[in-house]
Amino acid sequence: MTDLLTIQRLTKAYPGVVANDDVSFSIAPGEIHALLGENGAGKSTLVKMIYGLVKPDSGTMALHGAPFSPAEPRAARAAGVAMVFQHFSLFEALNVAENVGLGMENPPPIRELAREIREVSHAYGLPLDPRRLVGDLSAGERQRVEIIRCLLQDPKLLIMDEPTSVLTPQEVEILFATLNKLKSEGTAILYISHKLEEIRALCQGATILRRGKVVGACDPRQASAAELAEMMVGEALHTPDRPPSEAGKVVLQVAGLTSESVSTFGTRLQNIGFEVRAGEVLGIGGVAGNGQDELLSALSGETMGASETVRLRGEPIGHLPPNPRRTRGMLSAPEERLGHAAAPDMSLVDNAVLSGWQREDLTRGGFVRWGRARAFADKIISTFDVRTPGAHVAARALSGGNLQKFVIGREILQRPDVLVVNQPTWGVDAAAAAAIRQALLDLAGAGAAVIVISQDLDELMEVSDRFAALNAGHLSAPRPARGLTMEQIGLMLGGAHDMDVAHTEEAEHIKETYQDSHHEETRP
Amino acid sequence: MIRLEKRPTPSQFWTYTTPIVAVLLTMLAGGLMFALLGKNPVTAIKTIFYDPVLGEFAFYYRGQLLVKAGPLILIAVGLAIGFRAGIWNIGAEGQYIMGAICGAAVGLAFYPTESWIIFPLMILAGALGGTLWAMVPAILKVRFNTNEILVSLLMVYVAEQLLAAMALGPLRNPETAGFPGSRNLQQYPSAANTDLIAGTGMHWGVVAAFIAVLFAYILLSRHLMGFHIQLAGQSPKAARFGGVNPKALVVFCMGLSGALAGMAGLFEVAGPAGQISINFNSGYGFTAIIVAFLGRLHPIGILLAGLLMALTYIGGEAAQATLQIPAAAIQAFQGMLLFFLLGVDVLSNYRIRLDRREPAR
Repeated sequence: MTDLLTIQRLTKAYPGVVANDDVSFSIAPGEIHALLGENGAGKSTLVKMIYGLVKPDSGTMALHGAPFSPAEPRAARAAGVAMVFQHFSLFEALNVAENVGLGMENPPPIRELAREIREVSHAYGLPLDPRRLVGDLSAGERQRVEIIRCLLQDPKLLIMDEPTSVLTPQEVEILFATLNKLKSEGTAILYISHKLEEIRALCQGATILRRGKVVGACDPRQASAAELAEMMVGEALHTPDRPPSEAGKVVLQVAGLTSESVSTFGTRLQNIGFEVRAGEVLGIGGVAGNGQDELLSALSGETMGASETVRLRGEPIGHLPPNPRRTRGMLSAPEERLGHAAAPDMSLVDNAVLSGWQREDLTRGGFVRWGRARAFADKIISTFDVRTPGAHVAARALSGGNLQKFVIGREILQRPDVLVVNQPTWGVDAAAAAAIRQALLDLAGAGAAVIVISQDLDELMEVSDRFAALNAGHLSAPRPARGLTMEQIGLMLGGAHDMDVAHTEEAEHIKETYQDSHHEETRP
Repeated sequence: MIRLEKRPTPSQFWTYTTPIVAVLLTMLAGGLMFALLGKNPVTAIKTIFYDPVLGEFAFYYRGQLLVKAGPLILIAVGLAIGFRAGIWNIGAEGQYIMGAICGAAVGLAFYPTESWIIFPLMILAGALGGTLWAMVPAILKVRFNTNEILVSLLMVYVAEQLLAAMALGPLRNPETAGFPGSRNLQQYPSAANTDLIAGTGMHWGVVAAFIAVLFAYILLSRHLMGFHIQLAGQSPKAARFGGVNPKALVVFCMGLSGALAGMAGLFEVAGPAGQISINFNSGYGFTAIIVAFLGRLHPIGILLAGLLMALTYIGGEAAQATLQIPAAAIQAFQGMLLFFLLGVDVLSNYRIRLDRREPAR
């Protein structure tokens, strides 16, 4: 069988970094090929070159054996290459059909298009109503809009960038069923991820990138997850260990917490209630946009409500803004590192003052004690191994992982009684993520109550004592994390909550069909 | 191909160098414009930039320099603090007028009593007048989320009408038969804001401007309030996370800039202008916006920018008088200065790269 796409010796350098260095691999028709690597390994640059967004410095690509060098995405699409990005490019105020039409060269009349969308969505088990407003869709449904937009072009190669990062386990299964159906029709899929189990379940080939170079290729079905991880990271990974801790007294009580959404298409919190004890980690899972930002904001004090909704050691603090909460020992770290947890253009010293001036005693009579502030910033940098030329550099100059270590470190070093973090390791490389998780566990081990809001279920299972799920602004009752199965978690998350019955059955049917065929394939 | 590449950290070097580059570019482009108007560009530039400071009649111009620069700096410092916080008070001209009206009214109410307390009271009244005028857009923004740019700007025209009404009505000098305009405060010793050293142009307003520069410098570089102001301007969400109350900040910044503009108005009406008249205001409140940006919203920068701007005004007038350059050309020249400053500003955040075309394979 001739290869669909052959890549030979592709190199692309940016000032100061070689993003791709002499990368070669090939994909056969009907193959699901994994591109595996940590953040910053060069996966994005590579697929951008295939999709015509970035021009390689040297090297060649061939599609169906013919030279292929798309000057722009339009050329790539015309050649049969489609891509689903990690970050969606959709207009929230338009409906599904309008959004799909906007991405097409010559869109048919909207009625016609809606019919096509319905057909494709049925054929591939991706339930989607073309008339619904994108702003009202879940992240999983938005992804379907992007996928269907690609499928309407009848692609020969579909590139998917971290598609499961926003999905519930049930939605992941539906997606995999769709991808397997596409595969059976001869469509090749280039699948980018750093989730190893997924890749082992789905892909037939894998190319592993580290620091821009191909460091290995394998059949992921034959390799163990640990082998893949070692190839990806270049060293054995340290999994956080948790010191045994006994849950202490209840530190934080939340009851009847209801709040408005922070943005137009955000989510309202609906009567949320939970308790956290000293020395305990409460993990809160949920797909993006189910109220995570709103919950963090209500706990940090950025949105205030009735005083009794939040109690710290019995004291009502729901009406207090962030700073009085900090003096009482309740700290937080929001999801968005740049622009929320830290000011991008300000130095790390400034950013240390941002949330640390009270507990670290960085002011006197209203005047900032810059010497102490610099010392505090330096302490964060050394304690949490933040890689930076110094505390004077702007926050935006740091890589995501390093800035995240700084932000989390800034809060932890202030010895909080309660720490709330949202997506503590989002977009952070594996080594830094492990360090952050370990720091959170150590904090709980030292007697603090820790709340980890995250979309990464593996992470939550790793750190949580108890687990609760946010779904459309509702919080499920927390359950002990040990012994929870993915199935149960999926149900807590609301599963494929946004589908009607007929669609689900259809999806189930497709899933079963292709799981069967998959089994036959693997066990000849 | 020329390409802009974002710097990871803003360049310190270019932050301080761009104003000089901008002035040089303005001289070049302005010189070209003067040449097209049939004037000798070298003479014109020399008349504007050199003569007022070091020329034959510099003894006269130097005093004027401080008289013009004082109110510009005083207003611009207040505006810059707001601008740093992302609060856009465009109506300093109106607050300047209201400060003058309120301050002058207090002085005139005491006429002809002589006492040392009168002038300090007038300063207070001027600051209060400016603050209250600035509170209108501030409170509308806080309560109803209106746009402070629009409201503060429109309040300027209301203030101008009030000024005319005052000059014709309540504050009119009763001893002139129907002429508009108030008594001349310069002839009322307790209320007069005269040169502290005769002939230098150094009046209380200039002193206040220097104090304001110092005060603003300390506020912005040393005080938590100044830190919060810059935080709110650069990253509103991070400021909320840091516990900054955005509404209180609007009231503080609008109030402060209003107070300083009002004081500038009082110093002007009690000093160089002398009286409330229909056309008392001469655009200081608007020019101060340019001064604030020309000085990179930094107090020391504003001090220099205010002096530079005053220089182009005085030099511009001299060029009009001696070289018959039209007033519009002088205004265009001043416009160029701002244009080039904002244009080359890009250098502090971006670096320019000359690209050879990338090989396709």
